[in-house]
Amino acid sequence: MEITLTVNGEKVTADVEPRTLLVHFIRDELRLTGTHVGCETSYCGACTIHLNGEAIKSCTTLAVQADGAEITTIEGLADGETLHPVQEGFWERHGLQCGFCTPGMIMQAAKIIEENPDPSEDEIRHGIDGNLCRCTGYHNIVKAIEYAAAKARGEEPEPAEWETV
Amino acid sequence: MVETKSVLGGAIRRREDPALIAGQGLYTDDVAPTGTLHVAFVRSPFAKAKILSIDTAEAAGMAGVKAIYTADDVRHLGLLPTQVAVRARPLLADGQVAHSGEAVAMVVATDRYLAQDAAEAVFVDYEAQEPVIDLKAAAAGDIKAHDDMDSNVIIAWTAGPFGDEDGIAKTRETIQAAKDRDDTVTVSIEMVNQRLVPTAMEPRSVVADYSPGYNRFHVHSTTQIPHALAGAIAKTFDLDNSQVNVTALEVGGGFGAKLNVYPDEILVAFASKALGKPVKFTESRREAAVNTIHGRGWVATATMTGTRDGQILGYELDGLADMGAYTQNFTAAIPFLGLFVGSGQYTMPTYFNVACVLTNTVVTDAYRGAGRPEAEYYLERIVDAFSREIGVDPAEVRKKNYFDKFEDAVSPIGFAMDTGDYGANLDALLEFVDYEGMKARRDAARAEGRLVGLGLSSYVEVCGFGPSGLSDLGFNWGAYNVDSAFNGSGLVRVGGDGKATVHIGTGPSGQGHQTTWAQIVSAETGIPVDNIRVISGETDDTPVGIGSFGSRSAAVDGAAAHEAAGRVKAKAAKIAAHLLEAAEEDIRFEDGVAHVAGSPDQSVTWAEIAKTAYHPHLLPEGMEGGLEAHAVFSPGNATWPFGSHICMVEVDPDTGNVDVLEYLTMDDCGNVINPMIADGQLHGGIVQGAGQALFEDAIYDEQGTLLTTSFMDYLIPTATSMPSFQMERTTTPTHVNPLGVKGIGEAGTIGSAQTVVNAVVDALADLGVKHVDMPVRPRRVWEAIQAAKEA
Ligand code: FES
Ligand code: FES
Repeated sequence: MEITLTVNGEKVTADVEPRTLLVHFIRDELRLTGTHVGCETSYCGACTIHLNGEAIKSCTTLAVQADGAEITTIEGLADGETLHPVQEGFWERHGLQCGFCTPGMIMQAAKIIEENPDPSEDEIRHGIDGNLCRCTGYHNIVKAIEYAAAKARGEEPEPAEWETV
Repeated sequence: MVETKSVLGGAIRRREDPALIAGQGLYTDDVAPTGTLHVAFVRSPFAKAKILSIDTAEAAGMAGVKAIYTADDVRHLGLLPTQVAVRARPLLADGQVAHSGEAVAMVVATDRYLAQDAAEAVFVDYEAQEPVIDLKAAAAGDIKAHDDMDSNVIIAWTAGPFGDEDGIAKTRETIQAAKDRDDTVTVSIEMVNQRLVPTAMEPRSVVADYSPGYNRFHVHSTTQIPHALAGAIAKTFDLDNSQVNVTALEVGGGFGAKLNVYPDEILVAFASKALGKPVKFTESRREAAVNTIHGRGWVATATMTGTRDGQILGYELDGLADMGAYTQNFTAAIPFLGLFVGSGQYTMPTYFNVACVLTNTVVTDAYRGAGRPEAEYYLERIVDAFSREIGVDPAEVRKKNYFDKFEDAVSPIGFAMDTGDYGANLDALLEFVDYEGMKARRDAARAEGRLVGLGLSSYVEVCGFGPSGLSDLGFNWGAYNVDSAFNGSGLVRVGGDGKATVHIGTGPSGQGHQTTWAQIVSAETGIPVDNIRVISGETDDTPVGIGSFGSRSAAVDGAAAHEAAGRVKAKAAKIAAHLLEAAEEDIRFEDGVAHVAGSPDQSVTWAEIAKTAYHPHLLPEGMEGGLEAHAVFSPGNATWPFGSHICMVEVDPDTGNVDVLEYLTMDDCGNVINPMIADGQLHGGIVQGAGQALFEDAIYDEQGTLLTTSFMDYLIPTATSMPSFQMERTTTPTHVNPLGVKGIGEAGTIGSAQTVVNAVVDALADLGVKHVDMPVRPRRVWEAIQAAKEA
């Protein structure tokens, strides 16, 4: 089936098998490999992207369902050379270790602070409850999102828990 | 948190991160050479069965299918290489299946969907047999995991002190005598340390590409041990190791699950050679649960005897460890690692006996902590139970029985330990957390009728393996054709531009090695961190090294990089002295330049030194060109990090739900290279240990089907499972390596499960509950409450 969609601001037309998962289309056809597959069953969130302005799990969406949609993947989140505040927060606050969950986590977090510019720790934790990370214990992911929210509000983030040099 | 000064420069942001946060990090499944073929496996639904026939005819004719292989095609490659080959496994089940999920046939097709379609069309005729799944039943031995075995028990690790039969007998007599005294108290609890699925977020993936013209393999794999994989493939195909290049790109978490050479890694190499195309296999999550190793799986009884004032006079641990159906890399050696720390931080006579038992289940092997979380769990749970029984504060009982501050001590089990200061560490925790205040808060909550509990525990672990002399005891990598013991190896090269590369045989999976090794080399040479690039996970371009596991990389390979950097600096000093017409001893390295002590203006840059090094005619008479050094480092001993954790939990009496309210720590891993990264390792480690305590459980039914193969059934912690941490550290450097570092990758996991369970039992103690097995999920806790109420 032929589908046409906008991915990271560029129009894409492709012929896909009806059973192709959106995440496989993004990774295998478009070669945007920042979107990861951690479970294929919509539990882990590694495949989270933005589709028509919503954070969704692309492993349980068919490529054909994205016909006509606007998609942003992790590769399209930064504004040129300028990192998205969430990306910056993850770097500044050690919000990642192996980085495998990170693209999905960042895409989810970007939506959280867009919808709620000043989230509490509890709201952040609930907001990323559908994104699993096995490395960080979430502690620094929470700090990274707090950092990003402060930045996006134009405020100075809380200092890091360690002295930076 | 209070700042800990690092000898090596402190927290710097990770250089790994810019690619990863932009979605531009490359993982194995992202590798897709043109023409790549894809693999799907046919897996047994039975835990134990004879394979009567395999009919591949229909599948072979399906769209896109290039080949289907069974044991007949790969038998000549031999069994899977492993270090402790008590029961090595075939690459594909050969006439007999020994666990459900075992691969029986391998389909190769032009795309992953078509490969899966065809795998479903392979017809296997099985004759199901009764499997042995339960650990105790397997040890009793009526049914064998393999029909040709006399016993499912393959080895027992017994100690006290280690290895000496007379010593063991004497220890047991001493403990018995203590038990027989009128003034002693003995507590004994059988506890389960359940089977776990390691669950790195990145499923395992491997891509093999064989070049017939050069008779070489290039294999991408998500592995913690690239050199072992290269060696195993070379050995299997009768090649030299240099004919196999293994690349481990970004590895999306390991935790021990990628510390194995797997049959699928050998099989894709075989298929690539046979078909002349790149071949890829990537696990699905469900498949990972039955294809990649499991961890833990012990049942043991811990018994502690001591006086009413808290002097411990004896400790015994007697139990069984589940090996699964075969022995892979370290399988049967995992309980041995537990034995190392069997007596923990304490001085009491200790008897340790854990038997390794085969069952018809997925193979177990190293999962974060590997043996040490098990040993510390039993020990710290029983110390807690003993303290409760005699009515003495558990902190007091611990301190009374700790080793005093030491350099070089021998544990009651007989192992040499490097450095420790356990009492000071626990005191620091108690002060940091305001222990009396915490107890008061708990008691106040209890007075309101809430089930609030406080859990304390401490640990010592052993890591940073290690001394190359262990090679003589069989601790080497010869089984994988890797000519190395557990020692480290690092090469530092300064190029003509004065920038350095560090070539190192580690296999990181998120620990920030790129940043950390650069810090180590920068600290030694004064070359700015940004001018140092780290190359690892590429066997063609790194000296032989045995990878990253067992919290060993900094203490062993990092130390090797430090030594190599020191040698490069020594040569650079000679060149600088020559260029500056100064004495070598007067040369100082700082901020990327070498200058004469006392006259900073008299200086040359690393670039100028390096340029000279690569133009030998400019060098001092007789000096060789080049500016690099390779160091092989063998530490004097393994390292023994330690620490103390405390947490507060609340149990909901109506549902049995456990809520962890606070978690605070005081760990000691010796010197710290990058506190940001070290803290991150602790966060993740603690949550994995807490995950075992609270949720995780690999459950088999009686037929041997694994019931927990998705994130719906196998629950790993989410962001709402644990609170944020409050962490501090004490610093007791080791003397077994020049950096004074011990290791931090597993400490959090080793210290945390018992902390949580101690707190849960504390919350329920007034009801009469003495123990709740992990995972302390709501139903189990609720049932324990009901049972206690009825009793
Ligand atoms: S891969 Fe989509 S949620 Fe896990
Ligand atoms: S950083 Fe490794 S899974 Fe989150």
